[in-house]
Amino acid sequence: MYPILEKRNLAEGIWLMKILAPRVAHAARPGQFVIVRADEHGERIPLTISDYDAAEGSVTIVTQAIGASTHKICSLEQGDAMADFAGPLGRPSEFVNTPLEELRQRRYLFVAGGVGTAPIYPQVKWLHEHGVRADVIIGAKNSRMLIYTDAMRSVAEHLYIATDDGSEGFHGMVTGLVEELIERRGEHYDECVAIGPMVMMKFVALTTRKYNLKTTVSLNALMVDGTGMCGACRVTVGGKTRFTCVDGPEFDGHEVDFDEAMRRQGMYRTQEQRAAAIEAEREAGHICRIGLDK
Amino acid sequence: MANKIPRVPVREQDPALRATNFEEVCYGYNLEEATTEASRCLHCKNPRCVAACPVGIRIPDFIAALHEGNLQQAADIISEDSSLPSICGRVCPQESQCEGSCILGIKGEAVAIGKLERFVGDWKLEHGAAPKGIAPRNGHRVAVIGSGPAGLACASDLARMGYEVKIFEALHKVGGVLVYGIPEFRLPKERIVAREIEAVKSLGVEIETDVIVGRTVTIDSLMDEEGFDAVFIGSGAGLPRFMGIPGENLNGVVSANEFLTRTNLMHAYDAAYDTPIYVGRRVVVVGGGNVAMDAVRTAKRLGAEATIVYRRSEKELPARAEEVHHAREEGIEFRMLTNPVEVLGDDRGWVRGIRCVEMELGEPDESGRRSPVVKPGSEFEIACDVVIMALGTSPNPLLAATTAGLETSRRGCIVADAQGATTREGVFAGGDAVTGAATVILAMGAGRTAARSIDAYIRGLQKK
Repeated sequence: MYPILEKRNLAEGIWLMKILAPRVAHAARPGQFVIVRADEHGERIPLTISDYDAAEGSVTIVTQAIGASTHKICSLEQGDAMADFAGPLGRPSEFVNTPLEELRQRRYLFVAGGVGTAPIYPQVKWLHEHGVRADVIIGAKNSRMLIYTDAMRSVAEHLYIATDDGSEGFHGMVTGLVEELIERRGEHYDECVAIGPMVMMKFVALTTRKYNLKTTVSLNALMVDGTGMCGACRVTVGGKTRFTCVDGPEFDGHEVDFDEAMRRQGMYRTQEQRAAAIEAEREAGHICRIGLDK
Repeated sequence: MANKIPRVPVREQDPALRATNFEEVCYGYNLEEATTEASRCLHCKNPRCVAACPVGIRIPDFIAALHEGNLQQAADIISEDSSLPSICGRVCPQESQCEGSCILGIKGEAVAIGKLERFVGDWKLEHGAAPKGIAPRNGHRVAVIGSGPAGLACASDLARMGYEVKIFEALHKVGGVLVYGIPEFRLPKERIVAREIEAVKSLGVEIETDVIVGRTVTIDSLMDEEGFDAVFIGSGAGLPRFMGIPGENLNGVVSANEFLTRTNLMHAYDAAYDTPIYVGRRVVVVGGGNVAMDAVRTAKRLGAEATIVYRRSEKELPARAEEVHHAREEGIEFRMLTNPVEVLGDDRGWVRGIRCVEMELGEPDESGRRSPVVKPGSEFEIACDVVIMALGTSPNPLLAATTAGLETSRRGCIVADAQGATTREGVFAGGDAVTGAATVILAMGAGRTAARSIDAYIRGLQKK
């Protein structure tokens, strides 16, 4: 069992949990994920690592309660324990294995959307600690749904905010802000990393393609085991089938077949769940239709 | 003492009923039936069955003990060579091993060796004496990667020799393929597998779940930081193969591994569990091995019309004869000499059918089996909403990729000699990780061989 050391609400339906998992904390690197099972009857759910502290033996995950299983995870309290917490899984971000002299020549642009902001944090933090410059865009529906802004401000060179309703920062989608930075403010970036809803990553990749800006995305595909056994996380990258769990989760965003990836994400969604998700989005007054278009 | 009586039939659950539940198909023998069946053994001077058993169980001897009513002795004889009789009695391909070479089988029916082994194994789980002859702890530690048949066998032998053994399992449940792969109706999890595992634990073997060696820890960290003197790799062959045909990533195409893991490991068929499964109304399973039979019979039990599509003929089906027989009884449709060329999707990207070609058998290939060739102009479609690919599996490359000096073959299998030694000092391997997907009994045998090699290796270190 893996005790929950700390639980905090970051925004409506979004919870941060710090879990005691010394082996995972010791081995974790930016870009990797864990498989979490809330209790004996729970599903194995992949979640990207949001922070880790080897000394404390803790790993932080941020979960948005959207389905039955994520609700179950979020309903656990400080002092409770997760049945399983396995990882770190997947390959670390490419920059972890790139020579520092080379990295320090580069300037990164991170684009984070919604709950995807959390896994951006360990990457920006790692780069900051290694003297690599990185700007960060955080996008959300509105100012109340923004998470990780303070933490990110302390590690990013510049932090930009975009909200769909204009309640904070840039009024519009993150893609609009990317265009604004590159075209109108003349900012130059060597590499972009986008993590967020699949549809956001798709459009960020389409946007950066115009500037020939290398873009890495982190896919949150369906998984069962997370170690290469089931193949549920198959994704087409550059015309080839890859497994998100062992070949990813990060891939070249310009090569990913996002339409297929979004369709496959909905594989186990029932008609009712699809309808409920669309309804919830409508009530929230948000037009974003994450993976619901199929 | 051999009687000229026919093979004692084994009681089974009614096919129509069992096709709707996950209870075990075969009830096995009771004591009376087992004793009668045991009386059929000829006790050949040169027993061909022993030679045909991958681990050389003294079959006529255990059958003799059973016939005399000495069940503990029968169990002890088997356990000299096999640590998992209840499991092997259920899943071994007896018709191509022990029973396939039984003299009685030439003119009539072979002795039901598998059913007798199962009877003795189950009796032992229920009534058997606690394991004896455990050597005192010798202060040396061995790490075992994977808790499937190879790892369990290796760990229990080493524990008996006095080693402190710790098994690292990647999943949340112990048992490897016995738990995620083989279905409940063929191998009961609580009644059989869990108890075999308890027996291993009772020897003092420690098991840590949720540890993916290669990610959570590495072979190097186990040896350098955690103080293990040797490592045994029994990580199996878990990576599913796909055909590489168009439409394979449509919604509704899954690997047999995914389908079976959702059902067996995650209990997707039980409403009390959260993991979903998509079964559809008509399921096509591609393949002809045990895993294909497990998948198709699982689909049937989950309420689908289920069909096997296999590119060779019935004779070449690699599955156990009993599984094919049971599948037919349960109403599974078999389409032999049929090979898929494309999975067809609807406008939403979900499977609507599969396009196949008819095959005919040509010249024998290197495996000695006649290789199937496409009949020109024979394309046709089968309507279905789920396609399950059961085309075999290969070892996970993670360990080789994260362990310097650990060589693998071109097929991704870990290179090990007949004693289980890999190219890396102190690291041993056995089972599917070395051979590619094979059988429980071979994996168990390899685990036991490696245990002896590890013992010799560690003794050698002490002398240095």
